[in-house]
Amino acid sequence: MRRRIVLRGVVLVYVSLLVTVPVGSVFYRAFDRGVAAAWDAVTSPPGLHALWLTVIVAAIAVPLDAVFGVGVALIVSRHRFPGVFLLDALVDIPLALSPVVVGLSLVLVYGVTGWFGRTLAGWGIQVIFSLPGIVMACAAVALPYVVREVLPVLEEIGTDQEQAAATLGARPFTVFRRITLPSIRAGLAYGVTLTTARVLGEFGAVSIVSGNIEGRTQTLTLFIQDSINNLNPVGAYAGSVLLAVLAFCVLGILGTDPKKRRLSWRSTSATSPSSLGTLLPSMASASVSQQDR
Amino acid sequence: MLRIVAGLEEPDAGTVEVDGRDMTNVPVRERGVGFCFQHYAPFRHLTVRRNVAFGLEVRKRPKPEVRRRVDELLELVRIAHVAERYPSQLSGGQRQRMALARALAIEPSVLLLDEPFGALDAQVRQQLRGWLRELHEKIAVTTLFVTHDQEEAMAIADRLAVINNGRLEQVGSPGDLYDHPANDFVLSFLGPVTEFDGELVRPHDLVVHGDGDRPVSARPAVVERVTHLGFEVRVDLRLDRGDAAWAQLSRGHAAELSLSAGDRVWVARAVERAVVATTSA
Repeated sequence: MRRRIVLRGVVLVYVSLLVTVPVGSVFYRAFDRGVAAAWDAVTSPPGLHALWLTVIVAAIAVPLDAVFGVGVALIVSRHRFPGVFLLDALVDIPLALSPVVVGLSLVLVYGVTGWFGRTLAGWGIQVIFSLPGIVMACAAVALPYVVREVLPVLEEIGTDQEQAAATLGARPFTVFRRITLPSIRAGLAYGVTLTTARVLGEFGAVSIVSGNIEGRTQTLTLFIQDSINNLNPVGAYAGSVLLAVLAFCVLGILGTDPKKRRLSWRSTSATSPSSLGTLLPSMASASVSQQDR
Repeated sequence: MLRIVAGLEEPDAGTVEVDGRDMTNVPVRERGVGFCFQHYAPFRHLTVRRNVAFGLEVRKRPKPEVRRRVDELLELVRIAHVAERYPSQLSGGQRQRMALARALAIEPSVLLLDEPFGALDAQVRQQLRGWLRELHEKIAVTTLFVTHDQEEAMAIADRLAVINNGRLEQVGSPGDLYDHPANDFVLSFLGPVTEFDGELVRPHDLVVHGDGDRPVSARPAVVERVTHLGFEVRVDLRLDRGDAAWAQLSRGHAAELSLSAGDRVWVARAVERAVVATTSA
């Protein structure tokens, strides 16, 4: 009994020191100089634009990752061809690599002097330092989440139901829509939640590919860093609060249906810490640069 | 084999014909076969009613017709009372009948049953066996039924095909196969066998005689053990040359002979007996 209390205490203190206190203090500092100051900071033109851009990027990158994530999971679980394990392993690369490296590699390929970048520039399409680059960086970094959530579910349900549907006269797409999709719904919803949280909070890859041009290619995380660099702590904290609220909204909409969460293969308790975890690096790197000064 | 007939797998050689039409290259969804999977493959996210309706819904049949037809089928397989439940809330037997109703909904030209009673306990299995025969008389659809239980096969089938290691050994009526097996495998697969005079015979085709009425061909033997198994009596014998055999006697016959261990008897083959046909391999 006593040991259990000690264990609980240790865990609580650990979580408090890492999450509750730092995030709480961000909220506290944001409204330190009044709600009006915080409001003004995020409703300034750069702040509003950063919010807008972040939402747009998420609105494009998340559906992309959802569609391709399900596609990859379907191929890995349902197709047997040499090299399929390679595809499985490739998906994890964005998780293994630092986002900065992912961003840098995108610049190498899609930059004006890059392999594809030159051709694309010839067609008048600018990828790097522009919206497409930011979307690609976010989509690349967040690709594994949907795959990793959906794949185990697909393997667990097997192909019996899909084959049964086929014998009953369903076309492949009908089988997917009416049998496969409903079966993976819970895992997919959770994967999309994680993807969204990751895309909203992505900093490293975006800071490399976007060029951080205020009012043009500045996402919320970059806005926070910029505010710190410009000695505008209220802007930084208010931006952080905005980002956190945005992430909480996503969790609230996608991640709280208890029935769906119970069906997810992973334990439900992972939801909030991991999404905060994707928020925290951006804040952490922001405060590091503050100390550099 | 069922998977090939259904079109889920491709045959290495040969063709699949249904009602005289070559189906070998027809895609699964157009074959119109009703497939009951071994583990039923219920659509877990759909109710029993929606499971059964699936085949009709994807065929875009009008709603009232689907409803009427599903009601009929649920009634037919006697699960109408659980129509709004999900598969996870059904017993094994109910799930089995739901899978059957789902397969029947599309009015298949062939019904494929892959060990349909394999996962059920013996009693339910017996019930369903009788029920399936009855059902079959009502709906008359060619049915391929795969089972490892030869008794089940004999009880249900009009025609039996014995497959051994992927090779078709013999096709025929249950009686035919039992009495005129093409080879030793079929003989020993369809029922108990014992060796007598270097030949496999059915234990109930060995006749035990007392000293009085023995035929000329009978061989002397010693009774080793007499086991009463209800209606039948199993008699383990040691033949004169030392080889073992066993015979299956009716209770009445055994009582007549009043056999006990150590008795000296005479053993012969019955005149009407199962013999391996010599014409084909």
